[in-house]
Amino acid sequence: MSAPAPAPAEQSSRRLRFERIPMRRIILIVLSVSIIYGVVAGSTATLRTGVFTAEDWQSLFINGLARGSVYALIAIGYTLVYGILFMINFAHGEVFMAGVYTAYFVAVAFAGNGFLNSNPLLSIAILLLVSMAVSVFIAVLLERLAYRPLRGAPRLVPLITAIGASFFLQYTFRGFYGANVRAYPTIEILQGKWTIFGIQMLKTQAIVIVAALFLWFLLYLFVARTKTGRSMRAVGEDREIASLMGINVDRTIVATFAIGGALAGAAGILYVFLFNQVIFTMGFLPGIKAFTAAVLGGIGSITGAAMGGLILGILEAVGPNLFLTGAEVPSPNQLQPVIAFGILVLVLIFLPGGFLGASEEKRA
Amino acid sequence: MSDAILSLRHVSASYGPVRALDDISIDVNEGEIVCLLGSNAAGKSTTLRTILGMTRANAGEIVFDGERIEGLTTPEIVSRGLTMVPENRRLFGKMSVKENLEIGANLRDDKAEIQEDIERVFSLFPRLKERIRQRAGTLSGGEQQMLAIGRALTARPKVLLLDEPSMGLAPILVEQVFETIQEINSQGTTIFVVEQNAHMALSIADRGYVLQTGSIVLEDTAANLLEHPKLSDAYLGEME
Ligand SMILES: Nc1ncnc2c1ncn2[C@@H]1O[C@H](COP(=O)(O)OP(=O)(O)O)[C@@H](O)[C@H]1O
Ligand SMILES: [Mg+2]
Repeated sequence: MSAPAPAPAEQSSRRLRFERIPMRRIILIVLSVSIIYGVVAGSTATLRTGVFTAEDWQSLFINGLARGSVYALIAIGYTLVYGILFMINFAHGEVFMAGVYTAYFVAVAFAGNGFLNSNPLLSIAILLLVSMAVSVFIAVLLERLAYRPLRGAPRLVPLITAIGASFFLQYTFRGFYGANVRAYPTIEILQGKWTIFGIQMLKTQAIVIVAALFLWFLLYLFVARTKTGRSMRAVGEDREIASLMGINVDRTIVATFAIGGALAGAAGILYVFLFNQVIFTMGFLPGIKAFTAAVLGGIGSITGAAMGGLILGILEAVGPNLFLTGAEVPSPNQLQPVIAFGILVLVLIFLPGGFLGASEEKRA
Repeated sequence: MSDAILSLRHVSASYGPVRALDDISIDVNEGEIVCLLGSNAAGKSTTLRTILGMTRANAGEIVFDGERIEGLTTPEIVSRGLTMVPENRRLFGKMSVKENLEIGANLRDDKAEIQEDIERVFSLFPRLKERIRQRAGTLSGGEQQMLAIGRALTARPKVLLLDEPSMGLAPILVEQVFETIQEINSQGTTIFVVEQNAHMALSIADRGYVLQTGSIVLEDTAANLLEHPKLSDAYLGEME
């Protein structure tokens, strides 16, 4: 009597498990097929309407490349910190905002006395310096005050702290700088267009793309070739053995936050070249998009973050017009965030390690 | 024992409520090879970790080169001339062989001499030179142990600590590793090696200690320990 009793229960649980696995697969397959169908059908419909010329696509592409460059620089901050601490610094968007918003007041002062347009290059250099310095300061402060005391805590704790720090920073800066949208002063030499390789683009777009590429390259060399870069990699791989090598782990972590901050500060200035305005919430969306880019590229990988940023920027600029215009969606560009976050969800479902797969390797 | 370069005096250490070391005293004299024997979980690794400040001693003194070091951070201790080949090698698997050797010399900035020491490592382990650009994670177990020893040597330690260098290696490789340890010692580095493989360790050591559940139960010259009737069964279970 008592012996066969467990059998039915076992059987039913087994059946449940058998059913659940294919169900999940079926949903995934249906999901991916319908996405591919939607994209292909939408794109063909759009191309058939002929609303957009080849030049239009070109300029959308350049637009995407430029904004993607900004995402890439911010994404590197996420990826560097993740690579060494295995935490997502969700306040990194605010690190980005703090620098460029502070530099705004310098820009206004320069515009007021005419210095901005009489000495534009020097002005830009000073704005960059101010923005980077403030972002570095905020990033290092975050590490020191918010994250370091939680080093040994379970992963969820610093994550929640980071979200709290993000709001804390937003509303602190709202308190200091106000709640309005503010227009960045215009720098005249950056206005107008260039034709490069036969493609017309805004000067600002070209500058942003080249500057981001240059900064990414500097960072790459830094991590690969300098002693601090090597220490960062060592601490990321094995913190205890890094300290056995004589590496000061705390200082290396501070350096990581500082470098991420510097890139975010530079990204801020590039961002206003493209979008011309600042507000205390401006770090939120670019921050989450950059995080998406970092996940897309495989969080922990610097090259992945850069590639993820560019791909996301291009999809975001080209995607809505290409996929949605033909489907007669009104004002498709309003839906850019849908693309960005749709990609985040899809990457997490289909490719949790990102396309360079660094995160799995790191965790192992 | 005033000529000891490394002394542990009445050292205790715990992991939370678990006491791993209970009042142990060890002396390592300059130029010696000293081994610390004990079965699994006896506290051998904890002893080395405590010397290097990776686990805190909660009682006792550790004196290195005439100064107390038990309150210092790991990088401070390493900078005084102590380092370790850790249990399970723990190389930087994503870095090349060359970078692992260079990072061993992280605290030094005498470029030419670092290069000399790297060459010295290559002369001890010619196979590493052939794999200089290869990622450490892709090396075989024996090569990884060689690289772990090499990485410690480029720190130019006065005293080298080794945590079970024979673990997971084929018998021929074990012999080779111990010959190398002897050679490193003959070139002037003091050695403190932790082992379960008592015969192998005692065959190269001057003196040895036996650790059992956190306490030193036996200490003598290597020759006497090899003869000791109780050593095999009473203290080391798995020894042949
Ligand atoms: N990180 C740790 N946390 C808790 N207990 C530990 C830790 N490391 C070691 N121990 C315990 O301390 C004792 C000694 O361990 P260890 O020094 O690693 O021994 P051995 O190296 O001789 O095998 C063991 O009982 C072990 O379970
Ligand atoms: Mg051990």
